[in-house]
Amino acid sequence: MADIMTNKKLIRWIIYIAGLFLIVMAIGLICLSIGPTFIPIKDIIAALKSGKSSINYDIIFDIRLPRIILGFAVGGALSLAGVILQGMFKNPLVEPYTLGISGGGALGVCLGIVLGLIQKIGYISLPLCGFSGAILVILLVYFLSIKKGILKIQGLLLTGVMISFISSSLIMLVMAVSNVTNLQGIIFWTMGSLEQPHWLLIKTMVFISLIGLFVSYLFSVNLNAFSLGEEEAHHLGVDTERTKKFLFILSSLLTGVAVSVSGIIGFVGLAVPHFVRRFVGSDHRILLASSFLCGAGFLIICDTIARTIIAPMELPVGVITGILGGSLFVYFLSKKPSI
Amino acid sequence: MEKILLEINALTCGYGNKIVLNGINLTVNEGEIIGIIGPNGSGKTTLIRALTKLIKPVKGEILLERRNIWEMDYKQLSRKVSVVSQQIESVSMSVEDFVLLGRLPYYKRFQFIEAKEDIAIAYRCMELTDTITFRDRSMEEMSGGERQLVFIAKALAQEPKLLLLDEPTSHLDITHQIKVLDMVKRLNRDFHLTVIMVLHDLNLAGEYSQRLAMFNNGQVYKTGTPEEVLQYQAIEDVYKTIVVVEKNPISNKPFVLIVPEEARRNSKGKNKFDKFLRGL
Repeated sequence: MADIMTNKKLIRWIIYIAGLFLIVMAIGLICLSIGPTFIPIKDIIAALKSGKSSINYDIIFDIRLPRIILGFAVGGALSLAGVILQGMFKNPLVEPYTLGISGGGALGVCLGIVLGLIQKIGYISLPLCGFSGAILVILLVYFLSIKKGILKIQGLLLTGVMISFISSSLIMLVMAVSNVTNLQGIIFWTMGSLEQPHWLLIKTMVFISLIGLFVSYLFSVNLNAFSLGEEEAHHLGVDTERTKKFLFILSSLLTGVAVSVSGIIGFVGLAVPHFVRRFVGSDHRILLASSFLCGAGFLIICDTIARTIIAPMELPVGVITGILGGSLFVYFLSKKPSI
Repeated sequence: MEKILLEINALTCGYGNKIVLNGINLTVNEGEIIGIIGPNGSGKTTLIRALTKLIKPVKGEILLERRNIWEMDYKQLSRKVSVVSQQIESVSMSVEDFVLLGRLPYYKRFQFIEAKEDIAIAYRCMELTDTITFRDRSMEEMSGGERQLVFIAKALAQEPKLLLLDEPTSHLDITHQIKVLDMVKRLNRDFHLTVIMVLHDLNLAGEYSQRLAMFNNGQVYKTGTPEEVLQYQAIEDVYKTIVVVEKNPISNKPFVLIVPEEARRNSKGKNKFDKFLRGL
């Protein structure tokens, strides 16, 4: 162990991760105090001490904290899925939604809304519909791109994009024939929101995203080898078929769960990995964790903006991630020529 | 008696239904440099791919140290056989990190940080290939020749018994061609490293290989020393091109000269003119 600790690179990485972790915690704390009623940080601590009785306590624990925790988990999961897919496809334009998983999830939710499952089963039916839709698409894309036991990377991408188109057309079809109330529900859901009344779903999301982060590290070195190309990874003794299948399923599950809990929040999975790659380098052993943390912090900030900027009304968080992430992305892209 | 490292017995393989190699037999002794030559599409690269388990034989077997390579897992094989491919995509990573990737086959199951020993071996491989001074530079800013040296350093970091080189000198200027091949020769001499290299340049192949295997239409046309294989009849038969084989005055190795169409016509014309003069 002492030998490993002398490794300069490792020390640098630990500093990065610790720094990012502290930054995300600070963002979380600051965003906890921002809102229609501003609660200074010392009052947050006071509210924690005084227990359930105060108004501040209710605002913090029932309204703001769940969103921040969900933002952490969803932002982390989407960026992680983005890094994994970009690394696997060696294509900087791939994001978690490219493979049609969001389309499947959205279609599932649309059908759930139109069929009136909220009235029959309750609100929890929507995430379940979304998740079933996402899983269905994952399986469809997976089995369509497997030929003779070999997962064709380019086939995977094309099938995913096509399935994505088909499901968005089907969503339009459903929207065209549904009434105004349902339409509103569908639109609101497709734009994404971190408002989630079910603690169980929030906990599930946190659990899945952290497990995902842990498991992705088992394949971090393989992802590095993949950056030389699939054949080169094979020459380095990587079982490429197993790695591809596993990483596809892992990133799909992360995306599927995120989509079904919080709708379609675009851009996090595409832009965050790019930023992080620029700052920490393209070694996946540091990239995975840093992207997770940066995505988490980014989404928490975006959601805080979304719920405060036109308060008491609320903007869909997807709008903020798109505008903020997109313009930052273009700015950085124009500053440095290479991606 | 030389020890046999690799035995290819009646190997038939290809892509899907298309058979590329048809009944190949080849034996490679430990510490040998074998050059594989042959026209485009004769199956040279396919052989390299078969040797690394990228394609499965339809018939026949490949034995490495008397063990069928298909009985080894990918990691085991990559500790014995390493490859320098024709084209590796350029990546944004430092030379040191790139060479360290060659230690991947030695990582334990849940290991994802290289150990001190891995770093030491990577440094040694960079020293052997004269790339240690570039270790902090990005792979993207390296020239083609320097990059090829780094690729070899990575392949050496795998500590292979058998090094496969697929056209290691294509796209290189003569300085780097000679530098790369001299280095291969040095590694072969100093570490008894066995090398199979696919080369397009017949002269480089003849100069640097102890034995040549000439491929034609997915079969081994001829094997033997450079002098035995590089004969004008064989080359003209396989490549369908007229050549003249001379001797390199310094190394005494065969030297293949090509004859362009125009020169051929001119020489014929000259002969006719000579006859005409004699007739007078």
